[in-house]
This record gives sequence, C-alpha cells and structure tokens, in this order.
Amino acid sequence: MADIATHDTDHATDHGHHSSTGLSNNKLAMWLFLGSECLLFGGLISTYMLYRGRVQNGPHPSQIYDIPFTSVSSFVLLMSSLTMVLAVSSAQRKDDTKTNLWLLITALLGATFIGGQVYEFTTFYREGLGFTTSLFGSSFYSLTGFHGVHVSLGVIMLLSLMGIIKKGKITGDKAEVVELIGLYWHFVDIVWIIIFTLVYLIPS
Amino acid sequence: MTTVTETHADTHEHGMSDAGYIKIAIILALITGLEVSTYYIDFGPLFMPALLTMMVVKFVMVVSYFMHLKFDSKIFSFLFYVGLGLAIFVYCMALATFKFFIA
Repeated sequence: MADIATHDTDHATDHGHHSSTGLSNNKLAMWLFLGSECLLFGGLISTYMLYRGRVQNGPHPSQIYDIPFTSVSSFVLLMSSLTMVLAVSSAQRKDDTKTNLWLLITALLGATFIGGQVYEFTTFYREGLGFTTSLFGSSFYSLTGFHGVHVSLGVIMLLSLMGIIKKGKITGDKAEVVELIGLYWHFVDIVWIIIFTLVYLIPS
Repeated sequence: MTTVTETHADTHEHGMSDAGYIKIAIILALITGLEVSTYYIDFGPLFMPALLTMMVVKFVMVVSYFMHLKFDSKIFSFLFYVGLGLAIFVYCMALATFKFFIA
C-alpha cells in the first residue's frame, strides 16, 4: 500500500499536479484558456466581418491586400506548427538537443511571420490606411494586431523555454511544459487559418 | 498487464510518429495551395463553400493531430469545442442583430 502511495506521489511529481479526473491540471487550464481565447478572437473576427465594407476614406481591402505575400506568411506560420510538434515529440523522447533545435526553428519561423506583418502594416500605412482612417482600417489592425501580439508572445515563450531547458530549471515533466507552449502556438496558427480565409481570401 | 499499460501510455503520450506529422504538414500545405489558387482561378458558385470547407479541414487537422486532441482525453476536446461553439453561436447572433447575413 505504501509502495502504491509512493508510486502515485512520484507520478504526480513527474507529470505535474493532477486533478480528480487523473488529467494534468496544467493541461486542463491551458485548454480552458484556449477555449476562452476563441471568444476573444471570435469578437475581433465578427467585428471585422461587420466593418470591412465600411470604407468612407482611404483604400478598400481589395486595393491593398497582397495575397501572394500573405500566402507565403501563412505558409511560414503553418510550417512552424510542424516544427513545434516535432519539438514536443523530441521532448517526449527526452532528446533535449533536438527539442531545443526545433524550438529555435519554430521561434525563427514565428519571427519571420511577425517581420512580414510589420512590413505589411508599414506598406498599408504608406498606401493611406491608418488605424483611424476607416472602420475597415480599425477592425483590420485590431484583429491582425492582436494576433501578431499573440505570435510575439509565443516567440518570447519559445525562447524563454529554450533558456530554461538549457539551464535545467524545469523540475516537473519537461515534455508537458513543451506541450503546453506547443498548444498555445498551434492555437495561434489555427486562428491565422481562419483569418487568412475570412479576411484575405474572401472579398468584401 | 504492465506491458499493455505501458504501450497504451506510450501511444497516448506520443500520438503519432514524426513521419506522420510531416505527412499531415504536407496535406496542410497542399490545402493552403488550393486555397490560394481560388484567388487566381474562378471557381464560380463553388468559391465560398470550397474556401470555407478547406478552412474547416485545416483547422480540424491541426487541432486533432498537432494539438493531439484526437489522442488525448475527451475532456480537453469538450473544453475547447464548447468554447469554440459558444463563440460561433454568440457572434452569429451578434452579427444577425446587425442584419449582417441579410446585407
């Protein structure tokens, strides 16, 4: 009996704190957080859908969107999801070197996406679309800007995670920590899958 | 018994092989290519349904395979899809009040 109790304690230490369901509390919290994030982005996307045709001043969406450029950005973010899942897979095999390599590649792809977004925003601004130019401009910058902030936070989390892994400061289950960051990263990717279709590919 | 438990735990934790993830990524890239092609090729009345279908397929594939929902506990799926469903419902109602769908 004592052996069983010891085993349970070890298991809980290895895999973080577990709820009465036997699942990790950290993972439950992350999924709950992602569920609530759906509401945030749902609000931003529906606001954009409502206001994208409201252009009294400045350029219309079809006049400024650069679909080939945004397609490449989308592809970069999509591939970062692959490198992230490979990082999780390496972490589950306890291969720290490969985990850090895939995390670094994911962070670089994320940074490339952000660079593309900064370039896009700069170009749009030069073409006359400011934040307060029209309802379309406000809703567009709010939606894609919020997404960009999420990607930037993700890149910071990835780089921080690499540093923590290198210093060996993760006391619990390392694979679960990488997986939690991975869940956030994939969420950012699926939000962009929706934005790319509804904002860029479907004309107003 | 131990072997069965360990095998189950291994599958549960790993989900898919690396080669499997790469195959999923290739499929996602091909769908993205198809999505972009709708910008250049006239799909006629199929344009909107095709784009929305491809968007949903990509979304579900990333959530199921890369986020491991297909292999993980159903509770995680419940938490996420309830949030998503609630978001879709609330915002469809909100857009309906603005007569968005009629316009």
